[in-house]
Amino acid sequence: MPDESLIRARGLVTRFGNFTAVDGIDVDVRRGEAFGFLGPNGAGKSSTMRMIGCVSPVTEGSLTILGMDPATQGPQIRARLGVVPQQDTLDMELTVRENLLIYARYFGLSRQVAAQRADRLLEFVQLAERSGSLVEPLSGGLKRRLTIARSLINEPEILLLDEPTAGLDPQARHVLWDRLFRLKQQGVTLVLTTHYMDEAEQLCDRLVVMDGGRIAARGSPQQLIREWATREVVELRFAPDDNESAGHKLEALAGGDGELGRVVSRVEVLPDRVLLYAEDGDAASAATHRLGLHIPSVMVRRGTLEDVFLRLTGRTLVD
Amino acid sequence: MTPALAGRAFAYWMTQYRRTWRGTAVSSVLEPLGFLAAMGIGLGTLVDSGTGSATLPGVSYLEFLAPGLLAATAMQTASFESTYPVMGAIKWQRQYHAMLATPLRVVDLLAGHLLFVAFRLVTTLTVFVAVMAGFGAIESPWAALALPVAVLTGMAYATVIFAFAARQDNDGGFAMLFRFGIVPMFLFSGTFFPVSQLPDWLEPVAWATPLWHGVELCRSLSLGTAHLVPALLHVAYLAAWTAAGFALARRCFAGRLET
Repeated sequence: MPDESLIRARGLVTRFGNFTAVDGIDVDVRRGEAFGFLGPNGAGKSSTMRMIGCVSPVTEGSLTILGMDPATQGPQIRARLGVVPQQDTLDMELTVRENLLIYARYFGLSRQVAAQRADRLLEFVQLAERSGSLVEPLSGGLKRRLTIARSLINEPEILLLDEPTAGLDPQARHVLWDRLFRLKQQGVTLVLTTHYMDEAEQLCDRLVVMDGGRIAARGSPQQLIREWATREVVELRFAPDDNESAGHKLEALAGGDGELGRVVSRVEVLPDRVLLYAEDGDAASAATHRLGLHIPSVMVRRGTLEDVFLRLTGRTLVD
Repeated sequence: MTPALAGRAFAYWMTQYRRTWRGTAVSSVLEPLGFLAAMGIGLGTLVDSGTGSATLPGVSYLEFLAPGLLAATAMQTASFESTYPVMGAIKWQRQYHAMLATPLRVVDLLAGHLLFVAFRLVTTLTVFVAVMAGFGAIESPWAALALPVAVLTGMAYATVIFAFAARQDNDGGFAMLFRFGIVPMFLFSGTFFPVSQLPDWLEPVAWATPLWHGVELCRSLSLGTAHLVPALLHVAYLAAWTAAGFALARRCFAGRLET
């Protein structure tokens, strides 16, 4: 069944007291895909993940995971999930390998199976040489890899990753992405939250952008860029005093009948620069120059998920 | 609760205990040795040669004190095992959260951890009873039953303190618990002197503490003076605390962990 939904949410709501963390979302995650929840802090991503992990109760709406109801079949569902939490829950006083073995016990695996899987998973996350080290002194990247190895001990069908690479250096992130990509190729369904746009573009087949507990947009990264941004973006930097007036002048022309209006669909004025959203960045930049404005710096780049994200969730700080 | 699932959580605490058991083993021998030597024999000599023998007819102070200390040690061991480790498993090391990502449920990890506290009580108190016997502080073979009674006394505290610990935001509450709860009970619940010596208004307060019931029953078993009906009432009281504490802890754990 190619269309089989492993996770199906309809009108999903969770409230803590008076605070509505998730406010009526519909989600379908299909077998074998990598599905992302994007959003600023407090958008409801982690609350959604905790409901899918059968830890947080569903206040309203329906949630089905692997065809089961988390309210009554939590243990059966969790037996087939792998969870990589935002905050590590490794046991610092045990060794790398002991962490895997004790976790295997929670799933009721025999000692023999646990030992085989632990060795195989330590190879997979490239931690085999550290098998006997205590966890405490390991770097953040190594701890994350161990957490991922641990989450795979029960050979899960769905792997839930909440901010899997937060706080890691670029090398460690790329190693993790590579391992996650391999897992996907092996048929594991990945569900992740992130606020790194590059991570979402690298890993996710489909994603939803959440804001204030609701879904603001959904689709593949390319679909979202097409729908909410443009193929290219021109970044103009004016002298500090000119920025605002030049920006508003361009804003007035965007989408109009003039040369600039025909190639630039939208203008965004930021405190330090002006962004032109256009299908053809070079044409937009040429049209701008012909307006006779003095522009010290012009850069044409591709539209990214970050443009989509900021358009949908705004540029103001959340906290 | 599924015993198999609780057993998996228990296995975790045993794995962790393998790294720290030496320290606890040494102190579980040294503590009864020190207390029974200093207070049972040192102070006891004064009590027995003074007016103490009138209040405690036919019983040496050592024989009076030792079973009381057995119950009090149960309370103290249970209190330590139910405060910092519980908060650590919620906030610091977060083992409970790790367990909740597996088939274990809140009730399973709670029962598994309490089972480990029971294990710690059994080992610590077995050593205590052996030291008591070494001091010649046991009068009756019924003292063998004082061990499970002391374990039950400890569990009456452990379950309630698990519930308390799950509601704390930081460990500041534990200092208050020990200062205003555990230490006064240790001193005034009949461990060191009969509660009939207390002011009249305070005596019923002592009767309400689980420790007093544990002390009374352990003492009467050790001295061979126990009667069936009062003994059963003491056990029922301790069991009721344990059961109510477990139900409360389950609610507090769910409120803290399942959000």
